[in-house]
Amino acid sequence: MQAKVMDMKIRFSKLNENSQFQNEKKKAITKSKKIMFSLVRFLILLGISFVILGPLITIVSHSFFSSTDVYNPSAYLIPLKGTLENYSLVFKRLSYVKTLSSTMIYVITLMGLQILICSMVGYGFARFDFPLKKLLFACVIITIVIPTHTIMLPLYMEFRNFDVFGLKELFTGSAVNLLTTKKPMYILTLFGCGLRSGLYIYIFNQFFRGLPKEIEEAAFIDGAGSFYTYLRIMLVNAKPAVITVAVFSLVWQYNDMFYCKLFSLNAKSLMSLSVSTVQATIEFVDKVKDPMISQLYLNAGIVLTIIPILVVYVVLQRYFIEGVERSGIVG
Amino acid sequence: MKKKRLTLSNKRAITGLLFIAPWLIGFIVYYLKSLILTVQFSLSEVSIGETGGYHLDFTGLDNFKYALLQHGTYNQILVQSLIDVVVDVVAIIFFSLFIAILLNQNFKGRTLVRLIFFLPIIMNAGAINDAIETARTLLQGGATVAVGDAASAAGVNMDYFLSIFIDLGVPDGLIGYITDLVARIYEIIRASGVQIIIFIAALQSVPGALYEVSKIEGATAYETFWKVTFPMVSPLILTNVVYTIVDSFVTSDVVETAYNTAFTQYNYGLSSAMSILSTVLVCFILVVTGAIISKKTFYYN
Repeated sequence: MQAKVMDMKIRFSKLNENSQFQNEKKKAITKSKKIMFSLVRFLILLGISFVILGPLITIVSHSFFSSTDVYNPSAYLIPLKGTLENYSLVFKRLSYVKTLSSTMIYVITLMGLQILICSMVGYGFARFDFPLKKLLFACVIITIVIPTHTIMLPLYMEFRNFDVFGLKELFTGSAVNLLTTKKPMYILTLFGCGLRSGLYIYIFNQFFRGLPKEIEEAAFIDGAGSFYTYLRIMLVNAKPAVITVAVFSLVWQYNDMFYCKLFSLNAKSLMSLSVSTVQATIEFVDKVKDPMISQLYLNAGIVLTIIPILVVYVVLQRYFIEGVERSGIVG
Repeated sequence: MKKKRLTLSNKRAITGLLFIAPWLIGFIVYYLKSLILTVQFSLSEVSIGETGGYHLDFTGLDNFKYALLQHGTYNQILVQSLIDVVVDVVAIIFFSLFIAILLNQNFKGRTLVRLIFFLPIIMNAGAINDAIETARTLLQGGATVAVGDAASAAGVNMDYFLSIFIDLGVPDGLIGYITDLVARIYEIIRASGVQIIIFIAALQSVPGALYEVSKIEGATAYETFWKVTFPMVSPLILTNVVYTIVDSFVTSDVVETAYNTAFTQYNYGLSSAMSILSTVLVCFILVVTGAIISKKTFYYN
């Protein structure tokens, strides 16, 4: 009996010494560690994704609720009597197609301007030497850092009585009131003072600095002018930066409320303003006085508002993330 | 007389100036002028004329005195927003660095997860938040909403856990901070979209050779993080801190107060003074944190 046990022990210790077994053991441990780690990671990501998606799911599901579902405690997330009526009414009250198209024209024009102007300025800062360059670039940083609300009043007044060098007043006696139109925003963006233009200039500047100088020199020797070089050679190479700026400016401009409120734009012409007042409109026009029910219409409105920008985002997101990784934000 | 010819560097300087001309004009005409006007407004009493013009009466520092000493809620809001910003910045930076490290690893469904995590950039919209807020206030009325939200989101008995931590002798301040963070987890996640992107970009630019070396030398994951990853992304921490501070101030109540003072009470002078006060404070915070962080920052090149 004892001999048998001894034999077993010896065998076992031999097995332990066996390097192959050792290796297997180590492999099993690292593998289980890996599995544990990815499980923990999965749980964390799942939890946070839930926090992000939670409100969105509620909004989407509530947008299909009918007025009886709201007061039915057994209807949770999945409506018992689903309805599309919320959508059809909101669609009408938002005058969706008209509002959306006018918003899109506004947003896309501004995006084009931002890309053109900011890349030009960024290129100027990245490649040319001129007096006071450092000071001027510090000014770009200042426009990023100082919150826009500091200068909102003078901006408001500037466009309340818009006048270039007082010429208009000289001839007609009064200045032009540009408020309630979209012109102030176009003008500001054209002169590089639009929504977060400073940030875009910074991104382009960093990106152009990272590009090799040889391409430009080759173009210069071949007789291309500076502007031609910038437009046909540098801008084409700056695709990641262009996409980053495009997505940022599209999304931020679409969502912007600050400038819309400041220049008191017409609520009917912009999606973001329309949707923020749609609940009040429906309560007033359609006599839906119960806030629990009028909220359903708001949810439908929010879904309708998010969809276009979500589509743009999903289409561009691959390039966008790549672009952020490659564009010079990191410096 | 011979015409004086420009040297090449002069020519290039002129071209460069031409390139930045649009911005330069805009900066001087709109930004700088507005900044100076704001200071001027804040030092005077502004009265609006019939035709839309305005008239300034110089009153010295009266507006500032009024905002800080007599206005009912301004200094309270200012202090509260400052505290919020400081609390948020710490949480957002740590959270976004953590998430960026997770998202930078290779696993199945990474694209989908990234898509979800950058959704807040889209969803963090003034318009949509405004609308939801109004709807909520209509339903239940202001302050009670936030508390109810935190409780229902957690879905656990918070008091029980709190009492455990208090029994363990954890300082009250720390517990308060953590519960505060948990209650506002949604806001923190929502505000950290751009920061996560910046950190991911930073992580991608760390040379892989450094990780290989540390692996060969037998460093643990913990050591690798503190000796390689953290120093390499530290320059971007400054960028993120600046971005976070500016971003959270823009959406804070201080701005709202200044806006309302201007456009519902038509007190332009006071509103400008409020704006300037908050801006100066933000810049002060930025300079202080910038100085502290850049001392600790490690620059690879």
